[in-house]
Amino acid sequence: MDCSRARALVRRFCAGEEDWVDSRTIYVGHKEPPPGAEAYIPQRYPDNRIVSSKYTFWNFIPKNLFEQFRRIANFYFLIIFLVQLIIDTPTSPVTSGLPLFFVITVTAIKQGYEDWLRHKADNAMNQCPVHFIQHGKLVRKQSRKLRVGDIVMVKENETFPCDLIFLSSNRGDGTCHVTTASLDGESSHKTHYAIQDTKGFHTEEDIDALHATIECEQPQPDLYKFVGRINVYSNLSDPVVRPLGSENLLLRGATLKNTERIFGVAIYTGMETKMALNYQSKSQKRSAVEKSMNVFLVVYLCILISKALVNTVLKYVWQSEPFRDEPWYNQKTESERQRNLFLRAFTDFLAFMVLFNYIIPVSMYVTVEMQKFLGSYFITWDEDMFDEETGEGPLVNTSDLNEELGQVEYIFTDKTGTLTENNMAFKECCIEGHVYVPHVICNGQVLPDSSGIDMIDSSPGVSSREREELFFRALCLCHTVQVKDEDHVDGPRKSPDSGKSCIYISSSPDEVALVEGVQRLGFTYLRLKDSYMEILNRNGDIERFELLEVLSFDSVRRRMSVIVRSTAGEIYLFCKGADSSIFPRVIEGKVDQIRSRVERNAVEGLRTLCVAYKRLIPEEYEGVCGLLQAAKVALQDREKKLAEAYEQIEKDLILLGATAVEDRLQEKAADTIEALQKAGIKVWVLTGDKMETAAATCYACRLFRRGTQLLELTTKRIEEQSLHDVLFELSKTVLRCSGSLTRDHFSGLSTDMHDYGLIIDGAALSLIMKPREDGSSANYRELFLDICRNCSAVLCCRMAPLQKAQIVKLIKFSKEHPITLAIGDGANDVSMILEAHVGIGVIGKEGRQAARNSDYAIPKFKHLKKMLLVHGHFYYIRISELVQYFFYKNVCFIFPQFLYQFFCGFSQQTLYDTAYLTLYNISFTSLPILLYSLMEQHVGVDVLKRDPSLYRDIAKNALLRWRVFIYWTFLGVFDALVFFFGAYFMFENTTVTSNGQIMTTNSHMMFGNWTFGTLVFTVMVFTVTLKLALDTHYWTWINHFVIWGSLLFYVVFSLLWGGIIWPFLSYQRMYYVFIHMLSCGPAWLGILLLITVSLLPDILKKVLCRQLWPTATERTQNTHCPDSSPELAPAASLQSPGALGPRPTAALRDAPTRKVPCVLWRSEEYAVLLPTRASPVTVTVPAFCRDAPT
Amino acid sequence: MAMNCNPKDEVDGGPPCAPGGAAKTRRPDNTAFKQQRLPAWQPILTAGTVLPTFFIVGLIFIPIGIGIFVTSNNIREIEIDYTGTEPSSPCNKCLSPNVTPCVCTINFTLEKAFEGNVFMYYGLSNFYQNHRRYVKSRDDSQLNGDPSALHNPSKECEPYRRNEDLPIAPCGAIANSMFNDTLELFLVSNESDPTPKPIRLQRKGIAWWTDKHVKFRNPPGEGTLEEKFKGTTKPVNWPNPVYMLDSEEDNNGFINEDLIVWMRTAALPTFRKLYRLIERTDDLHPTLPAGQYFLNITYNYPVHSFDGRKRMILSTISWMGGKNPFLGIAYITVGSISFLLGVVLLVINHKYRNSSNTADTMAF
Repeated sequence: MDCSRARALVRRFCAGEEDWVDSRTIYVGHKEPPPGAEAYIPQRYPDNRIVSSKYTFWNFIPKNLFEQFRRIANFYFLIIFLVQLIIDTPTSPVTSGLPLFFVITVTAIKQGYEDWLRHKADNAMNQCPVHFIQHGKLVRKQSRKLRVGDIVMVKENETFPCDLIFLSSNRGDGTCHVTTASLDGESSHKTHYAIQDTKGFHTEEDIDALHATIECEQPQPDLYKFVGRINVYSNLSDPVVRPLGSENLLLRGATLKNTERIFGVAIYTGMETKMALNYQSKSQKRSAVEKSMNVFLVVYLCILISKALVNTVLKYVWQSEPFRDEPWYNQKTESERQRNLFLRAFTDFLAFMVLFNYIIPVSMYVTVEMQKFLGSYFITWDEDMFDEETGEGPLVNTSDLNEELGQVEYIFTDKTGTLTENNMAFKECCIEGHVYVPHVICNGQVLPDSSGIDMIDSSPGVSSREREELFFRALCLCHTVQVKDEDHVDGPRKSPDSGKSCIYISSSPDEVALVEGVQRLGFTYLRLKDSYMEILNRNGDIERFELLEVLSFDSVRRRMSVIVRSTAGEIYLFCKGADSSIFPRVIEGKVDQIRSRVERNAVEGLRTLCVAYKRLIPEEYEGVCGLLQAAKVALQDREKKLAEAYEQIEKDLILLGATAVEDRLQEKAADTIEALQKAGIKVWVLTGDKMETAAATCYACRLFRRGTQLLELTTKRIEEQSLHDVLFELSKTVLRCSGSLTRDHFSGLSTDMHDYGLIIDGAALSLIMKPREDGSSANYRELFLDICRNCSAVLCCRMAPLQKAQIVKLIKFSKEHPITLAIGDGANDVSMILEAHVGIGVIGKEGRQAARNSDYAIPKFKHLKKMLLVHGHFYYIRISELVQYFFYKNVCFIFPQFLYQFFCGFSQQTLYDTAYLTLYNISFTSLPILLYSLMEQHVGVDVLKRDPSLYRDIAKNALLRWRVFIYWTFLGVFDALVFFFGAYFMFENTTVTSNGQIMTTNSHMMFGNWTFGTLVFTVMVFTVTLKLALDTHYWTWINHFVIWGSLLFYVVFSLLWGGIIWPFLSYQRMYYVFIHMLSCGPAWLGILLLITVSLLPDILKKVLCRQLWPTATERTQNTHCPDSSPELAPAASLQSPGALGPRPTAALRDAPTRKVPCVLWRSEEYAVLLPTRASPVTVTVPAFCRDAPT
Repeated sequence: MAMNCNPKDEVDGGPPCAPGGAAKTRRPDNTAFKQQRLPAWQPILTAGTVLPTFFIVGLIFIPIGIGIFVTSNNIREIEIDYTGTEPSSPCNKCLSPNVTPCVCTINFTLEKAFEGNVFMYYGLSNFYQNHRRYVKSRDDSQLNGDPSALHNPSKECEPYRRNEDLPIAPCGAIANSMFNDTLELFLVSNESDPTPKPIRLQRKGIAWWTDKHVKFRNPPGEGTLEEKFKGTTKPVNWPNPVYMLDSEEDNNGFINEDLIVWMRTAALPTFRKLYRLIERTDDLHPTLPAGQYFLNITYNYPVHSFDGRKRMILSTISWMGGKNPFLGIAYITVGSISFLLGVVLLVINHKYRNSSNTADTMAF
């Protein structure tokens, strides 16, 4: 897909330097402008064909092969294969060609199928009929024939075939409703506006008569930005120029709703539509495991090359004596003799490479891919992560990152909709110091809140009453809420009980909550009709306000305004926004009282908005109008000019009051956060909300606890001191403690003084991030990171979406390179979701954009717990074992082959038969590890959930560290030495001989090199499989089946392979070798012995490590094992109900982190878990522990 | 993203059952497999579970090892090097290529009698039968009697594929370098009777049954063996063609057991191959009684050019094959180590538990 985008880009740039312009001119209906206007220069645009497919029928094979061999691994295998084909190598090309062919074919089929689906979808889309206007008539044509400048008619529920400029609709007011659910995921209806001058054209003939040109910018991918200008030529006068903005643009992919039909003119078609430009494939995220895997691969590649080099050199040293190079019994052919020495040496090197190339098996890639793909189903299948309410389950958008879920060190979470439910409920409003709480039951009743006595209010009743009504009207008018017209919906959805109540739709749930709240207070917003807003006041009268301008909301201004004209002709500007953006613009009103109320509400975790107004005299309005118009028409920097205009207009306001909207915490959010913190994950909350609200939420969800010492790094503080001083002071505070005391491993839970929480706001952050003139910004960043590292929780408030991503990036690239996870539900979280290592979308109310851009999507925040602590943990354990095991088993496989070279004159003689070489990784040892990597559960799901601290055991890629890797490699080398030299000593002086009593009497037969290899191979297959069996902690019937089954398969295969003279083979070297070997007693004894010896060190290591240095996981496992220490059993009986110590955390802190016997450990864990879980009666600290004398 | 082709509106709703049905299918199945709750055995390798295993392994392995060791030691074996590189050796004269045929005789004494069947081997050292060029230099089809392969041997046999435009049968380096010393064994009965008594050496029954009867076959056809091999030539180094390897029909041609044994390439550069069987004649007398013997060697096979050695080995066998102390010693060692580890683990287990108990108690 990025290919198509690149193509579009190329096309755009290759359109020729001469006609590459910033804007394009479109002649509506392909009509030339009247003479006198600019010259008619027909520009060439692509047709409306959407091409999302990668391949065509013809280029599929070469292109797909090219794509596939661009992967280093595939390329490597291809090279090996080619080398085998070209030079005389010890193994047949089949051994590497077959697996490679298999992998390539399967991938090609998969990609081909996907592309075929894309072709089908493209065709369906390109051939969809579209209604055009041609010569005043409606014509149906295929979508792909659409050209820029065509006038198109779209009916209700149809998607727009290309990007259109909205000319007119069947609605009188020239509006239409659109959902962009398939575009950005927002399912709410958005209103788009037709051009003023064309909205009257309702019939095909009218439209056809339209004479206009449109100038607009060249296509760009931003969905929400569009600037353009339309010149409408009427017969008589000069062209009328109108600005075009994104509200006039209908995007391809969006669907027309609640509007019978519209007319529009195509401006961007085909691959130039915004949808197509947004078709970017998400940047490939690679997991830490994959990175270590690649590093290990490089190590093995180096080992491989050095092995080959060593052998080549030794070969020539050894051969320097001619009788070794070419003894009389083993002459070379003439052509071999004449070959150039260097060429020979090089060929030998390549041959050795081929001989040892199995150390990097193709099958590892296949297995890893399969493990990831199949494994990800367990997430989607998980019942616990299914949300009954919404009927949504978890989604896996990429399976590449499963194991990364087990590695998360930092979680960046959005607040609204993620931690909270984003289910807004209007709580109260404060008008001039009076507090109103709308009561749900007494619909329409106003109850002056008696608890508001702390608000000193002395204003006279009349003006108060006036202000109050103005406030309600302001709330009724100042919004962009739409009313769903009931009469357009003829379904069973009509709610009879709600009577006249309307369904409000808005992109912002706050607005809906406000409008609904005001409805309960007596003012009902009815609808917007012909740019008149109608509201039903308390007396049941309908008031009409003409909507003059909407100064729409943006996250920088954090406010919005409307300008309306009442029926009395008075012009009002109502402004609604965050307190920080309103208060500085207020010149009148009870600022202090309202401010204190707002702050109180914010502390309680309510979302507050302030409302202000100003009355405009007509002259002022004229000025405002001109200002806005000028800004809107601008083609360049329109955003900036608009912002400036807004800035000028929204000032000198009179404060009316404030509102408070409650957003409840999601269920179990606190529980989840606590669990995550116990798991050693640092949780950061990033929100656009104000500090107080956010901090309250943080307390509510136990991110901050009572003992948490809050450090503030806010604009306010920086204004007082310099940033430099603040930072240094904070770092001193934080570092003093962490330096003096090695922090307890489990300090995440402790309520001692060392628990810090940091609050930082967007402005302060941008100061820190800003590069300074003297280049010392890095210092600030380091300092800031230092502080953050020592804080258990960080809250970033007032964050712009991009700043969220910036924070994630800052942490991501800090020197420890921690694994970050970002979770959010809204479009504003997409940037950080894309930036973080793992992006998780909450399938929430704010549309599906976050879910769509994420790597995983979950219905609720609480599901994160299971996602990370259980699934992540499992996946990590599984894949790390998979990776290590694969390297291990191939060391076992290839190292004997390497050793054998020393005994066969470095002649590249293979130790094993071709069939064994080929099938070792494909079938003898492939399934057990695959099944292991899908099924393994080293501890139970419940235990993982109950004990989040187990997550720390695998933190920092613990199972793929160098130490572990080297251990596995050495284990492999050791095993290989055992196999090889075990067999060697048995064969030395020929003594493993079958005495053949079973076969024929009195014969005593000798074994050759193939028996030698088969013996080694048999021992190896058994050892390697049993090693995996030893690592398996979760033996389901599938594991039994696969492990014993593949051993059985090996035996059966060998019997069969050696039992028949295979007619298609040119050699019969394996004939009866395996059977003869098994008919010989010492071979059995030898196999048994060698397997035991190979497994012994690993068992010993396991047992000793578990006994002497157990990890938390192992301790947990021990507690579940039946033989948990008998001498400690009385401890359990000593537990008496209610004997819980006064400070269980103290006990915990003092507890040694190591050498805790299982039962004791367990009880402590329970004690710690107590606050979050059930009754205190069940859990106690064993009495003897506390009573014992010290 | 299909455009108006599929105008389905969620507001209007489809058939009334559709949303409910859709929601139902979204819900994951509650099966043990999908919920990762399959019943499972969850073994943990702890000291407790492993300790008995160590002891059991020890207890089983040590007796086995002792058994093997004793058996191996009871095997009689004598090895006589007749390379003749030392000037004192009787075969020293055969080193010069002029003396053909060269016969030398080596005397040796058996201190103890060899009971039961005795096996006679020849051993070669420094002979790389496992060299890749050598290993693949054969044509199994030809050896299996395939007529087309007989006359057109595989390319792998180069440079021993054709000689003077005739295909070589059997082709390849392996066959070409077949061991061709003749070893004869004589018992010097006693001092009083100087006439040596030849020991009967059996030339059949030394190869794998399957090799002799399935893998190796003479070419089909009528007539004598010589006619069957018509159109082929002998390997360059052979004195006689393949159909003259033995006088007996069923041990001649490709199914000659000396050839079959030689064709099974050895795993290591020092190897021995079965040469002859000495069958026990009766229960009363040992097969080879103690006494003076001499070995008559028709010295043909040159090994000094590659520093090789040639040996003749006489050995009895047991249920576990030939003499090899390795397996027995290895079993005893592994068994002892395992037993020892068991003890060490027991101690650690015991000590660790005690010490950690006290440590924890101290902490509170």
